[in-house]
Amino acid sequence: MKQYVIRRVGYCLLSLFLLSVTIFFFVRVTGDPATLLVEPGASEADIAAIHHQFGLDRPLLVQYWLFLQSIVTGDFGQSFYYRTPVFELYLSRLPYSLMLAAVAMAFSLLIGIPSGILASVGVGGFWDSFGKGFALLGLSLPSFWVGLVMILFFSVFLGWLPSSGAGTPLHLIMPAFALGWYFAASHMRLTRSSMLEVLGSEYIKLAKLKGLPQRLVIAKHAFKNALIPVLTLAGINLVIMVNVAIVVETVFAWPGIGRLLYEGITFRDFPVVQGVVLMGGAMIVVVNLVVDILYAVIDPRIRLGA
Amino acid sequence: MSNPADTIVVPIGRRPAARLNLRWLRDFPVIPAAILLMIGLVALFANQLAPHNPEIGTLGARFKPPFWQTGGTAKYLLGTDQLGRDVLSRLIFGARISMIVSFFAVLVAGVVGTTLGILAGYVGGWVDQVIMRVTDTWLALPALTFAIFLAAIVGPSMWNIVIILGITYWTRYARVIRGEVLSLKEREFVRLAIVAGCSKLTIMRRHILPNILNSAIVLGTLEIGVVIIAEATLSFLGVGVPPPEPSWGLMLSDGKQGLMVGYWWLTVFPGCCIMLMVLSANLLGDWLRVRFDPQLRQL
Repeated sequence: MKQYVIRRVGYCLLSLFLLSVTIFFFVRVTGDPATLLVEPGASEADIAAIHHQFGLDRPLLVQYWLFLQSIVTGDFGQSFYYRTPVFELYLSRLPYSLMLAAVAMAFSLLIGIPSGILASVGVGGFWDSFGKGFALLGLSLPSFWVGLVMILFFSVFLGWLPSSGAGTPLHLIMPAFALGWYFAASHMRLTRSSMLEVLGSEYIKLAKLKGLPQRLVIAKHAFKNALIPVLTLAGINLVIMVNVAIVVETVFAWPGIGRLLYEGITFRDFPVVQGVVLMGGAMIVVVNLVVDILYAVIDPRIRLGA
Repeated sequence: MSNPADTIVVPIGRRPAARLNLRWLRDFPVIPAAILLMIGLVALFANQLAPHNPEIGTLGARFKPPFWQTGGTAKYLLGTDQLGRDVLSRLIFGARISMIVSFFAVLVAGVVGTTLGILAGYVGGWVDQVIMRVTDTWLALPALTFAIFLAAIVGPSMWNIVIILGITYWTRYARVIRGEVLSLKEREFVRLAIVAGCSKLTIMRRHILPNILNSAIVLGTLEIGVVIIAEATLSFLGVGVPPPEPSWGLMLSDGKQGLMVGYWWLTVFPGCCIMLMVLSANLLGDWLRVRFDPQLRQL
């Protein structure tokens, strides 16, 4: 177990290292980072000063070391636009993103799990085809377009829901649905396949042979076990949601991290863009590590096999 | 899915040409394929089909609704946008951009991913370790956020988007292809090639590559949908195809301004085009996957 955890942590650190190298490398290979770090219209002297201040005139390895030092201490630089440290800005937006992701997750589970169960109980039947169609649509529609069409319908034509901003629970409904649909599709697919696997097992056959009513077999015996992989995926998806919500947050002017990234892009606020991307990547790598370790704690086969 | 009828030996005495076997075509998604073909043709003949110039509008004819609504004219069948540009013409030229971006981005991703997958699988050892660690890291990153980041630093242009999407979405190829190569390299014909004295490069190129092309094509078809949505997203956020070029994502972004006033046609039509193309590509990809490559069914 100890060895397994050490190896996983090692992979995680390696991933974080590669992440930082990639970002460091791309910023420098695509041009002079000083032009990204100064505000548009800066003079030659300003650019030279930036070169010196950030050590851009030093060897690449030294530059990377300085870059690494600053991100490890949580220093992503200052936002040009807001004039505050990027990290503070990030933390102030995080609650909104988490709130949106939590509600979107609730939506996606409420839709995905029941439809997955219905599909698995009647393979090839109406609910199965309906669920497949629903999932395929969810995966094929760009979430921002779902958002725009919902605004058009519910805000403009019907006038039922506010089209943008945050504040009341009503503001959450549309962005959460637009974001959740895509994930509902993947939750539905996994619930279906996981249920099918469980339904084919011996203990379900035994439960049926005992003469238990089908509803009881499905709800009590099959569902509980089929739920484990779905909830794991949901845990990972929650973090992914926080990081892919950029378009949905942009459409609904939701003040989360995605919106922060969008503002960073529009105002050419490079420290913000870099900070958000670095934090997002790090978050996903760390959550993957936690999931891997939790899995190993629950299931000994994994730590022995790896 | 294995049908015993597929593997029955051909009875001797009949000319093979007389029994052209079309069974592999069963369940072929006709409508999605037709839609994709149509979008392809529209993209090809955009210059002939489009009734107006997609990039130049008539300011006097701004925000005209589609022809069946009051105020709409037959001159602008699907209405006009905030600069008086014809929506239909922009959709037609947008098909060209979507086709070019999705085809070439998938191609770049396929070449990068397949090459790395073959190298990792065939050469093995530390090469395999390095390539797979990098692949895992890239898989762990939120691809779309990363693409946005890259697009934001290199600046908007169609070919930049092709390259960015190409180097963002290659990971799936590398993983799947590597797995296939691992089993291929144990097969007799590869061993014989080694005995015959072929160099590693020749074996990879002449013996491994042709055998994994099927999988690569299936993966590519499935990736088209992902790439189209990614392009639309980047353009929507203003880091993709730059204006005034008529990308569908850019049209949605422009349409957002007219949304609150109820100019629905600026939002609904481009979105429908994206949906049709992505849905068709996904259905076709799913069919190809089941048809040609039973091993990929788990994906």
